[in-house]
Amino acid sequence: MPVDVGPRAGPHPVPVTLTINGMRHDLTIEPRVTLLDALREYANLPGTKKGCDQGTCGACTVLVNGRRIDSCLTLAIMHTGARITTIEGLADGDRLHPMQAAFLEHDGFQCGYCTPGQILSAVALLAEKRPLDDASIREFMSGNICRCGAYKNIVDAVAAAGKQNV
Amino acid sequence: MIPTKFEYAKPSSLDEAFALLAEHGPDAKLLAGGHSLIPMMKLRLAEPEMLIDLAGIPGLTGITVRDGRVSIGAMTKHATLAASEELRQHAPVLFEAANALGDPQVRNRGTIGGALANGDPGCDYAAVMLALDATFTVAGKGGTREEAASSFMVGMFETTLSPEEVLVGVSFAAAPASAYVKYAHPASGYPLVGAAVVLSMNGDAISEARVGVTGVGDHAFRAGSVEKALAGVRPSDRTALEGACAGSAAGVDVRSEPAAGAGYRSAMCDVYVSRAVLAATRG
Repeated sequence: MPVDVGPRAGPHPVPVTLTINGMRHDLTIEPRVTLLDALREYANLPGTKKGCDQGTCGACTVLVNGRRIDSCLTLAIMHTGARITTIEGLADGDRLHPMQAAFLEHDGFQCGYCTPGQILSAVALLAEKRPLDDASIREFMSGNICRCGAYKNIVDAVAAAGKQNV
Repeated sequence: MIPTKFEYAKPSSLDEAFALLAEHGPDAKLLAGGHSLIPMMKLRLAEPEMLIDLAGIPGLTGITVRDGRVSIGAMTKHATLAASEELRQHAPVLFEAANALGDPQVRNRGTIGGALANGDPGCDYAAVMLALDATFTVAGKGGTREEAASSFMVGMFETTLSPEEVLVGVSFAAAPASAYVKYAHPASGYPLVGAAVVLSMNGDAISEARVGVTGVGDHAFRAGSVEKALAGVRPSDRTALEGACAGSAAGVDVRSEPAAGAGYRSAMCDVYVSRAVLAATRG
């Protein structure tokens, strides 16, 4: 449910309610806390990664109302009432989300740090019904950088998951 | 990488926003998509004490086409523009710029009004607005004023928007023969050169051209001498086209950086302007 943060809030910590992976989280945070820091430091969900912290690398990608965004470039208080999905919310119990399974199957990572962001971005790519040729996948995954250079296998994983009609 | 402390407000009307702006003066900042402002706040290049989120104000989003004129709300996201069939048809120059800007995550949050009000010298839309000869609608406490895109942009991160005003929308005449082509920095995606062209054709010859360029100078500019030289040119005549596009950055203090020195950038400006002209003629 949307929470009225009032016409003005802060600069001291204020109540901010976020709906993350279907669960309500009542946080008390300053308005300056980014969505990324709220997830990692206050909601105890460290699966979302902090890479560059300036909107370049995509490691912090989450879904807000189904759309992929960089959680480092937005404030948590701007997203009261929204549906937030992080990597922790994709699997169904022990059953991996098909995109997670495809990344495992195709070895779509090396160190794994960018992987949560890659997977959420890839889930959104399929939801956006982008073409699934290699060039299009590369273009529409361009917001996610992999410094290990696992791109070839990431593209394979996204294409394979796409063909399964995820 | 943590901003200084600030108070956050989310007004539900422009009047409430004006009241907050009046109360806090230069200590207030308007927040649209936040994709330029929030990074600047993290670097403490901006330290507002009051952050005014415009997302709660109705009527600032959407694309309207009426009587051959396109109007776009300032809070419309890049992704909305990049997916708009109407825009693809009526203003391919803006449709292409929206698709070439940032990456999918950035396009899902950033807004056209935020990008233009920020006055970044590498703003893709700035060239597009100049080529479209767009009109900006600016609201203030005393009412609404309209300003030509060409006079709105003053310098690097500098516009005529006063601290107590809000850019609420842009509008322009439909321009079906138009295109945006950019030479993107390979890492940042910002334009080393961004060329926007709007054409009127007389058969297979250009009768009138408007050319906007971004990324090259300290703010976007119209390439006036190229516009004049393009009149009467048949774009299929490559020699005539390239001749008309030569010197597109003449008289401009061209930016220089490791990825593109001033001489190279000027040369690429001519190349990308001519490519944009060709792209605009494909119809």
